Amino acid sequence: MSETTKTPEPVLQVKDLNVKFSLRGRVLHAIRGVTMDIYRGESLAIVGESGSGKSVLTKTFMGLLDQNGWVDSGSIVFEGEDLTTFSAEKDWLRIRGRKIAMVLQDPMTSLNPLKTIGKQIGEALMLHQGLKGEEADKRIQEVLLDVGIDEPARRMKQYPHQFSGGMRQRVVIAIAIACQSQILICDEPTTALDVTIQAQILQLIRNLIHKYDLTAVYITHDLGVVANIADRIAVMYAGDIVEIGTCEEIFYDPRHPYTWALLSSLPQLGRKGEALYAIKGTPPNLFNEVVGDAFAPRNPHALNIDFRERPPYFDVSPTHRVRSWLEDPRAPKVEPPEILKRIREQGGSLYEHC
Amino acid sequence: MSTAKQPIIQVKDLHIAFGERRRRFEAVRGVTFDIYKGETFGLVGESGSGKTSIGRAIIRVYSISGGEVIYDGQRISGKIDPELDRRVTREIQMIFQDPMASLNERAKVDYIVAEGLYSTEKGLSREERTRRVHGALMDVGLLPEFASRFPHEFSGGQRQRIGIARALVMDPKFIIADEPISALDVSIRAQVLNLMSTLQKERGLTYMFISHDLSVMRFICDRIAVIHRGVLVELGNTEQLFRLPLHPYTQALLSAVPMPNPTYEKKKQPIAYDESVHDYSVDKPVWQEIEPGHFVLANQQERDRYMERLAACAIPERV
Repeated sequence: MSETTKTPEPVLQVKDLNVKFSLRGRVLHAIRGVTMDIYRGESLAIVGESGSGKSVLTKTFMGLLDQNGWVDSGSIVFEGEDLTTFSAEKDWLRIRGRKIAMVLQDPMTSLNPLKTIGKQIGEALMLHQGLKGEEADKRIQEVLLDVGIDEPARRMKQYPHQFSGGMRQRVVIAIAIACQSQILICDEPTTALDVTIQAQILQLIRNLIHKYDLTAVYITHDLGVVANIADRIAVMYAGDIVEIGTCEEIFYDPRHPYTWALLSSLPQLGRKGEALYAIKGTPPNLFNEVVGDAFAPRNPHALNIDFRERPPYFDVSPTHRVRSWLEDPRAPKVEPPEILKRIREQGGSLYEHC
Repeated sequence: MSTAKQPIIQVKDLHIAFGERRRRFEAVRGVTFDIYKGETFGLVGESGSGKTSIGRAIIRVYSISGGEVIYDGQRISGKIDPELDRRVTREIQMIFQDPMASLNERAKVDYIVAEGLYSTEKGLSREERTRRVHGALMDVGLLPEFASRFPHEFSGGQRQRIGIARALVMDPKFIIADEPISALDVSIRAQVLNLMSTLQKERGLTYMFISHDLSVMRFICDRIAVIHRGVLVELGNTEQLFRLPLHPYTQALLSAVPMPNPTYEKKKQPIAYDESVHDYSVDKPVWQEIEPGHFVLANQQERDRYMERLAACAIPERV
């Protein structure tokens, strides 16, 4: 956990945010009233299935919504400004890349194959910090070293195809940190990579967070990878944050049935011979207005009220909030699935050391 | 353990090379293993290790530069007679990684699933073909009426089911699945894996799973082979491998799997594999069986060390 847990200072505040898209004449309600703070210096993981709105949410921080999408209501306050009021591209240029940077999933597609990587990092430096010539070159070599690329003077003259997948992802991270942004948003940064490389990239991001005093937002569908990197975890389902808490709270004391389901389906917890836990059904269609708890139709523990009324947030601890009727004092006591006990039992490795 | 296990695939001293002369690159160098009928065999390695090349060599997309592949007692690598060729084309099928990329966007599901039938069973009547396509779709939990739709109308998990139906319609014996779930969401993965395991039980299928993700492999494979830079470094049944991985590369791979346990995970330093730990200058490594069914690439000195570890960690009493 970070040392700044005493008085966390919010760097970005999202309040009751609603995002909609218009698609083929119909309106899709992609983000349904999200409220959360991102604290300075923390690393926050946003976890959810495809279509849960985790990418859309972070795109609104940078004004990168698709043409057919808009912020319907709510606010995003960053450095005293409400980002949802931005209309001109000019406004966003002050934020995008300069204050908030993004690392995308696939390093193959986020780099320009026709330019040397030195040039691509240089572009960002030129645009945001006005660095040119030798000064820029010096800075480029610095950041390359920071992301663990040796011989930066030689490597900066090379093209993306001369780098492996893991190395390319390092270059993308280098571009993101070159301009000393405050917030680094990593959208599935390791999904396209091998496990061994993934471990290295996670380690790298963790080190950079400390070195540059970054705030990191980490988007993934795989709860398995965030234990390592996250201080806090937000679980998203159908455009809403259903549970948010510290990393330890989410793994050791999860409360929302959807979080239970996500954790249960991790293959790390499975045992050979048993069927792997699968979440039944599909997420709700967000073209239709969701009534009650969005997860209720797939939830084996659903209560009657779950189908009628949307649950409010219940505070489990000062840092842990859950949107589930199960936390209501009147609700019947439901034990989390047996399989979750394995999280503690299993220890830190897939194999037992003899 | 030696109850008559029948190999369905035997790979013997397999070499695969790309390029010519000076640019020649050997992607796979002398790989030997058997896959038994009805089992799930896992091949694990990083990108570039040659694991996909081996899969493609078995299904005869790549030609091999040395060694041989034997299917059900008959050699299927190199030139083979047309009768066997047809049989192998039918009986060995493949499931691909990315369901977004592996389905023809311009064809309807009906054609995608039936494509293999068009080329291998030309005499099939239209009714029979439709019947088999519908059957395959139902086997993977899709509705027959989906046959008239296009791939873009389906979610990732459904698309992967179509990919599986396409393999099943041929009534295969052996299926090579190359990273079949790594492009899918965690929650969908479980559905696809459970489906594959049900199909295996119902039809007595043999699978070869190719993946870099050991957490999934542990769960579904009976035996696992670990490949590093075109060479097998360790092979054993899943319990052996996870109880006591011997080769340092296997250990590194295992340690890289992220665990859902913050207390441990936050302290963890991943072990990086460094090839220089092996001193192979004089004492050359040999592929050897170190305990029944457990193979490892090691030289004499390493062998002795591994034997000691095995002895130290022996299970006292086998029940």
